[in-house]
Amino acid sequence: MHTLEPILAEHPFLKGLRQEHLELLVGCASNVRFEAGAFVFRQGQEANHFYILRDGKVAVELFAPQRGAVAIDTYGEGDVLGWSWLIPPYHWRFDARAIEPTRAISLDARCMRTKCENDHDLGYELMKRFARIIEQRLDATRWQLLDVYGVRS
Amino acid sequence: MLPDLYKVQHVRRETDDTITFELGLAAGRQPFRFSAGQFNMLYVRGIGEVPISISGDPGSPETLVHTTRAVGAVTRAMRTLKVGDMLGVRGPFGVGWPVEQAVGHDVLVVAGGIGLAPLRPTVYQLLANRDRYGKVVILYGTRTPADILFRKEVEAWRARLDIEVYVTVDRATEGWRGNVGVVTKLIPRAPFDRTRTMAMICGPEIMMRFTALELERRGVETDHIYLSMERNMKCGIGLCGHCQCGATFICKDGPVFRYDAIRGLLSQREI
Amino acid sequence: MNDATTERRERITIEPAALQQLIDALQADGYRVLGPVVGNGAIVYDDLASTDQLPAGKTDQQLPGSYRLVPDESGAWFGYTVAPQSWKRHCYPPVTRLWRAERKGTGFALVAETDASPPMAFIGVRACDIAAMQLQDRVLLQGPHADPVYRHRRQRAFVVAVNCGEAGGTCFCASMGTGPQVTSGFDIALTEVADDGRHYFVAETGSDRGAAVLGGVTSRPATVEDIGTADAIVARAATHMGRAVTTDGLQERLARNVEHPRWDRVAQRCLTCANCTMVCPTCFCTTVDDQTDLSGAHASRLRTWDSCFNLDFSYIHGGSVRPSPYARYRQWLTHKFSTWVDQFGTFGCVGCGRCITWCPVGIDVTEEVRAFSGESPAEPVVASV
Repeated sequence: MHTLEPILAEHPFLKGLRQEHLELLVGCASNVRFEAGAFVFRQGQEANHFYILRDGKVAVELFAPQRGAVAIDTYGEGDVLGWSWLIPPYHWRFDARAIEPTRAISLDARCMRTKCENDHDLGYELMKRFARIIEQRLDATRWQLLDVYGVRS
Repeated sequence: MLPDLYKVQHVRRETDDTITFELGLAAGRQPFRFSAGQFNMLYVRGIGEVPISISGDPGSPETLVHTTRAVGAVTRAMRTLKVGDMLGVRGPFGVGWPVEQAVGHDVLVVAGGIGLAPLRPTVYQLLANRDRYGKVVILYGTRTPADILFRKEVEAWRARLDIEVYVTVDRATEGWRGNVGVVTKLIPRAPFDRTRTMAMICGPEIMMRFTALELERRGVETDHIYLSMERNMKCGIGLCGHCQCGATFICKDGPVFRYDAIRGLLSQREI
Repeated sequence: MNDATTERRERITIEPAALQQLIDALQADGYRVLGPVVGNGAIVYDDLASTDQLPAGKTDQQLPGSYRLVPDESGAWFGYTVAPQSWKRHCYPPVTRLWRAERKGTGFALVAETDASPPMAFIGVRACDIAAMQLQDRVLLQGPHADPVYRHRRQRAFVVAVNCGEAGGTCFCASMGTGPQVTSGFDIALTEVADDGRHYFVAETGSDRGAAVLGGVTSRPATVEDIGTADAIVARAATHMGRAVTTDGLQERLARNVEHPRWDRVAQRCLTCANCTMVCPTCFCTTVDDQTDLSGAHASRLRTWDSCFNLDFSYIHGGSVRPSPYARYRQWLTHKFSTWVDQFGTFGCVGCGRCITWCPVGIDVTEEVRAFSGESPAEPVVASV
């Protein structure tokens, strides 16, 4: 879809991608919308997409017995949601639920994996970008775990 | 030096362990002039003295406002303060936030936990002179929704059309529909111009370190980032030696420091 | 304060008996006279009324972790090096009450303490100790918040310096540029000559009030021989220092070596007992102690000496910033030989050697400092013992 290409090209996650790679991605892309409260994906489901968020807010949740759904992270405009599609067995390990009406571009996972297998340059470019995201998330999670605002007694 | 005696005029419970109280001179009325970011040494009779940042409005010096969290003997005693109780006050001490130097820049205020208290005077000044600054963005991270300080005020700031306010919590509770995650996650979304921004960061040292690093990664110059440091203080005036951090005395060379001056200190252990 | 002059004022010679006249004159002027006397197995600074109390026939033998009083046959009255504690305790007392807070209705009233101590005269102040006082002056008197107790006592303190005739086993004032010759900061300076049956003092004044007091004791103009002998004694002491430190580049070297294996080594030995800070004439850290009586009506705030070696020295909510001995020893040593320069423009050490003598495990700061003078941080140079 030609209208998605400029949107993808501008997205921080895909910045710097070569034109031909961008066109490959567009081939897997579609526009999606989630109402507030709707699940984007559920724990255990096959990870068939990843999402580039355009606006709104999505909470990544873990359902814990006796605690219910606990939101451990939220993502919004400019963020990328989901990397379980990259790593076998390609199953979501968390829930993701839109807290506000959210627009995103969803990229079909199988389509993406096939294209990456066929074009390793594209695969490498995406891996580099995901590695950076995972690094940032891990850093953030680590100091989130430290409970820095808590009082030590 | 002898403290001045002040009486508690008003107490508000902010959260479970944090209160804000307003003080007036016990004898007479005199404005308490201070710069945003400065602190007082507050004395509770017979228990002790602690350094507490001033959390009120420099533009309203008739009332002296402090926000304290119960973390030790003195601050726990403060949690039971009532209207009419007396405190000793020595101050104001220290180097404050660069509110003047920030004129003409975008201003990014990043607060973590109780770090919002020493930054609140700055926010008041930014709002009182709004047209002297570019974009004003406030990022506030705290532990849980119940720990959000100055809630009504933060909501009022958020409602304004001329500043951006983003709030996040480390840990969501039932019913929270706001952001979850560390405060640095809010930075990519914050609409400031990295080439002309002054950033002021206050919170636990780890939070300030990560935030300053993130800003640096995003192209904010290290001489445009300011942090407020904290150490044990007994005198507040550079004579007892306790607040030393490297070659600096936090009480008189700080507590506000320019990031490039202390960047090395932040990554040294037990310094 | 004592006015320092760099040109030598006219020197005179006084006989030992004149020293008693000096003490009497100072007492008559209302000074509490303090000087070296033998006490607790050491030569300590205490109340002095008579020259009979001076430690004639005794000297101190100071080595790392060791202090011994041994016989001295020279007959000198000031034939020792330095007392365990410096004069610091008199101008900057170990315990001071700052104020009292008396309950009054629902509030309280503050009652300031006024310093009622008499002016003090210090007899036998060494060059290193004068240098230490001048360092403390910078810390405690400069800036917007001078310490009132220190200022009150220091301004009135009368300093009778005595040049060193012997360098001690742990002394390194020559390296630090603080001695053994006194050059300023005194009201009266003496050099004792005691040998070959001779015993006299070559004296000079360093201030108007010094001149007034010295003018009242029996004296004669110093001969060329008197002065030559006196100067030679001090010059000899300068070349017989027990220890040495290279100060060139030392500030930067320590600043660059915040992490260094040497800190591990010294931390294994250091007991964090804080002796060094207690005997150090320049250490100035204090803490406060709030006390109430049982009724709760009377509260007072005391200021007491503290030490960066104490675990809770750096305590902020949740824990100490410097819990390990590694970090605490590093803090002290780098403050003395590095960050003090950033803060006050000079080193914080005057080379008196007390910390070396009084360390129970004999840690030698000159050796520790020398260990950092390897070319790269990974190669500490260990001094041979």
